[in-house]
Amino acid sequence: MTSKLTTSNRAGWAFALPGFGLIALFIVIPFFFAFYLSLTNQRLISPNPTEFVGLKNYDNLLSIGVLTIEPERDDSGAIVRDDNGVPEYPRVRGFTRNNPDYPQFDGMREWFRWQSGDTAKVVVASDVVFWKSLWNTVKFVIVVAPVQAGLALCLALLINQRLRGINVYRAIYFMPVVVSIVVVSLLWRFLYSPDNGLLNNMLHGLSFGLFEPHDWLGNPDTALGSIMAMSIWQAVGFHMVIWLAGLQTISPSLYEAASIEGASKWQTFRYVTWPGLRNTAVLVLIVITMQAFALFAQIDVMTNGGPLDSTTTLVFQTVERGYGKQDISGGATISVILFLLVLSISLIQRFLTRER
Amino acid sequence: MKMTATLTAALLATTVWATMAAAQTDLSMWYHGAGNPKEAAVLQTIIDDFNASQSDWLVAVESFPQESYNDSVVAAALAGNLPDIIDVDGPVMPNWAWSGYLQPLQIDETKIENFLPGPKGYWDGKLYSIGLWDAAVALVTRQSILDDLGLRTPTLEQPWTQEEFMGALEAAKATGTYDYPLDLGMAWTGEWYPYAFSPFLQSFGGDLVDRSTYLTAEGALNGDAAMAFGEWWQGLFANDLAPGTSQDPAARETGFQDGKYAFSWNGNWAAKNILETFDDTVFLPAPDFGAGPKIGAASWQFGVSSASKHPDGASAFIEFALQDKYLADFSNAIGLIPPTASAAQMTENYKDGGPMAVFYDLTKAQALVRPVTPGYVVEAKVFEKALADIANGADVADTLDAATDEINADIERNSGYGHSE
Amino acid sequence: MATISADNHGLRLVVRYVVLTLIAVIFIFPLLFMVMSSLKPSDQLLRDTASLRAFLPVGDIGFANYADAFSRAPVALFVFNSVLVTGVTVLLSLFLCSLAAFSFTFLNWKGRDLLLGIVIATLIVPFETIAIPLLLLVSKLPWIGLDGLQFGWLNTYRVQIIPWIADGLTVFLFVQYFKDLPRELIEAARVEGASWWQIYRRIVMPLAGPVLATAAILKFLVMYNQYLWPLIVVQQESYRPVMVGLQYFFQLDTAWGEIMAYLTIITVPVLAFYLIMQRAFISSIASTGVKG
Repeated sequence: MTSKLTTSNRAGWAFALPGFGLIALFIVIPFFFAFYLSLTNQRLISPNPTEFVGLKNYDNLLSIGVLTIEPERDDSGAIVRDDNGVPEYPRVRGFTRNNPDYPQFDGMREWFRWQSGDTAKVVVASDVVFWKSLWNTVKFVIVVAPVQAGLALCLALLINQRLRGINVYRAIYFMPVVVSIVVVSLLWRFLYSPDNGLLNNMLHGLSFGLFEPHDWLGNPDTALGSIMAMSIWQAVGFHMVIWLAGLQTISPSLYEAASIEGASKWQTFRYVTWPGLRNTAVLVLIVITMQAFALFAQIDVMTNGGPLDSTTTLVFQTVERGYGKQDISGGATISVILFLLVLSISLIQRFLTRER
Repeated sequence: MKMTATLTAALLATTVWATMAAAQTDLSMWYHGAGNPKEAAVLQTIIDDFNASQSDWLVAVESFPQESYNDSVVAAALAGNLPDIIDVDGPVMPNWAWSGYLQPLQIDETKIENFLPGPKGYWDGKLYSIGLWDAAVALVTRQSILDDLGLRTPTLEQPWTQEEFMGALEAAKATGTYDYPLDLGMAWTGEWYPYAFSPFLQSFGGDLVDRSTYLTAEGALNGDAAMAFGEWWQGLFANDLAPGTSQDPAARETGFQDGKYAFSWNGNWAAKNILETFDDTVFLPAPDFGAGPKIGAASWQFGVSSASKHPDGASAFIEFALQDKYLADFSNAIGLIPPTASAAQMTENYKDGGPMAVFYDLTKAQALVRPVTPGYVVEAKVFEKALADIANGADVADTLDAATDEINADIERNSGYGHSE
Repeated sequence: MATISADNHGLRLVVRYVVLTLIAVIFIFPLLFMVMSSLKPSDQLLRDTASLRAFLPVGDIGFANYADAFSRAPVALFVFNSVLVTGVTVLLSLFLCSLAAFSFTFLNWKGRDLLLGIVIATLIVPFETIAIPLLLLVSKLPWIGLDGLQFGWLNTYRVQIIPWIADGLTVFLFVQYFKDLPRELIEAARVEGASWWQIYRRIVMPLAGPVLATAAILKFLVMYNQYLWPLIVVQQESYRPVMVGLQYFFQLDTAWGEIMAYLTIITVPVLAFYLIMQRAFISSIASTGVKG
């Protein structure tokens, strides 16, 4: 599309500049400043002078290693096993705290471990919480992005029919979006309450008493899942609306043609609706992915990152460190890493979905 | 004729008052009490009285919601926008003083001689802030519960030992009447954790940081005493003696009154409501885990910002506010502990024989301020997370080691926070 | 035959409504909980959370929480501030972002791809990560007002509005939508000598109903729920928005009934805005069908 008709440097810049200028001033420049902060030891508040520390902050976050631990042996050289026959190992802190034989692991902590024969391979990191929050963020995105996009599309198709009163349903499906996520999180805390929460009480009733009350947010195995469920529920209505906007752009004449040719519902969807939603799909996926990577408010209100770091996320850590612990350079470092991570993902995404 | 005279006099008075007012220099003040009309009314009375009492200064207050007050102040300081007078949470004060947000008060220190120690904010040998009240925590229960369980009523002289305390919890659990024997308030995140729970650690003989130098947490937070504390703490949750971090806020607020818990570890600000529910409410002193019974101290205090061009006026206002009658007003309005014995006698709740007088005695006998160091802000955060993790089953030694390392790294990054060997 | 198919049709209609309604129940309950709770005293409200009573107007019902909420905080002021800031930002945002997107989509100019790339990259920057640098920036920015040149934007409406007008997401939203519009229309207009402004104004924007509604709703939600930013740039109560106002209700002895009343009040403008937008949204559908 390099038609002369559409080439105009002056008009192009003039139209784009007001919007772009604001973005540059209020987002790009502050972000570069955050990047600069990540290379210093800047504190949120401190009388000490700021020093340039190079990549030290990155090093503190990213240092990771694998420690091989031999099982304990008794005097005869046999492996000490517990009652279940599992070998017993010396504590990791013996290797990582003031042990001159392992200087590379000094101050590190265990993230996770696996067995390799009788030896244990322990992944130790200098900032385990960072790695856990990275992993939680990725888990959240991988689950929430497709599920939320898919559910939203189903709702949009369901609601995109000519029925009396459909507007009322459309408004109701959108309602959770209208309420701020902070407020939603507050309300759902009551719902998930371990002892007398509504969810427990309802499951108990519906299963005729078979269901035992569960501590949804207090159990590391279910906390992130509970937050995912709530987040999907809260925002699905919004993406439904975006899908709807996309559906509206598909010409009714295409559906008429499909119907004349006797296409089944699935065929209509596959060959008429879906191709017409291409740009919308890209949009929905990108918006959801961005929102999912920015997961913060739910965590802040509901779990504070716990239990046992099972719900901590990158943005939560940015805020926790930058503001809570006054370590603004540490917080900025996490933001830069998050930025680079998402940027590379979107470049890959762009490469895979490029128009051929 | 008479009327004209009166009119003239009135006019004259108005003019005099107006010129007087015009000559007064404005002093801005920030306060954390937005959303609490009773508290605002008391503060406004003090301000009005002060403004009328002299002709140099005119104080005007801007109130902020407590939840976000510290963030507002830090942001304003970064942007160079601080007022003359700010209020500051006691344990945070050294951080702000060290950062240069505050300047020392210019008040006559004989005026605060008879104050409880908690409200006096000293850092680096200078008085930076002073509180109009203190707050205290007690083990709340009912006399009838103690009687039912056949328990000795602990006193300040003879508090419960660890064995007695755990025995009481087990006895309550054995009745099967309660959801949990003890409500610690795990639903309240933030400053509640270090404020309410670090005294347990201190009573075991540990601490957030080694107070002899304030340069390391090694030994204090991960020594034998701290490990014993950690194991005890974990046991509370592992043995279902207390609800954990997922306790919902509603259960914290009304659970004890609803009979869900036999004991509640709660502050004096909640005492009024509980007293209204049960007339046999008793406030028990903290148990002694070996190194003496301890509770936290220091609440919100007033200070003068370094940005103030009129520290003399700001200090004059703060000194004015330290009168017993105002201390008593605050106490009567919102149930806080007056910092002087004479003011306590002027209050409903804290005079001799008053229903909450025990809190005054508790504060006097057991209170220990949180570590007086700019590093406290980070130490408190690290401690909060460590306690939550241990409650959720994390390995005690590893968690306390990690917390110690994080605190030490933070102290090092801040070049010792102004402390030196 | 005819009757059978009519019955069949009727049955299918019933099934449709049942499905729609069941889904609706899942989505409406928190709002129901919020509104019902706002009518109850705090202690009853908390007890009711354990059962379906939470969704019913039972027990001690009244409007006391609303009266108390108004006496605890200047609720009307907060709503006014939020609506003002949100309204102005949404309008300016729709205009400037659609203009930029128009340029990115339909015009060819030097540097276009680079600038668009930068805009899309900003999608990735969560606000929390740039809040402090941005605070330092706005505290020094100049402004020419009635009092002449001043520095520092703190404690104003503009500091809550201007940094939020343009964002990558809104631009991107428009770009994605504009891509679906037929280019022939634009080229034909160029051949006929229309200026770019005329094309933007008379051809593209009239077709942009759905995306305008979507972008407006998205921006509205972001702006209306602002919390961290106003918290750090506004110290005077007279400029505070609703979400900062919510903090007034979290006292040591939290008044849940009043919180629910406050939440109900502040949700009304958003709901109203959505319903208006939905209408605009529907009416714009008829005019589309441009793609094919």
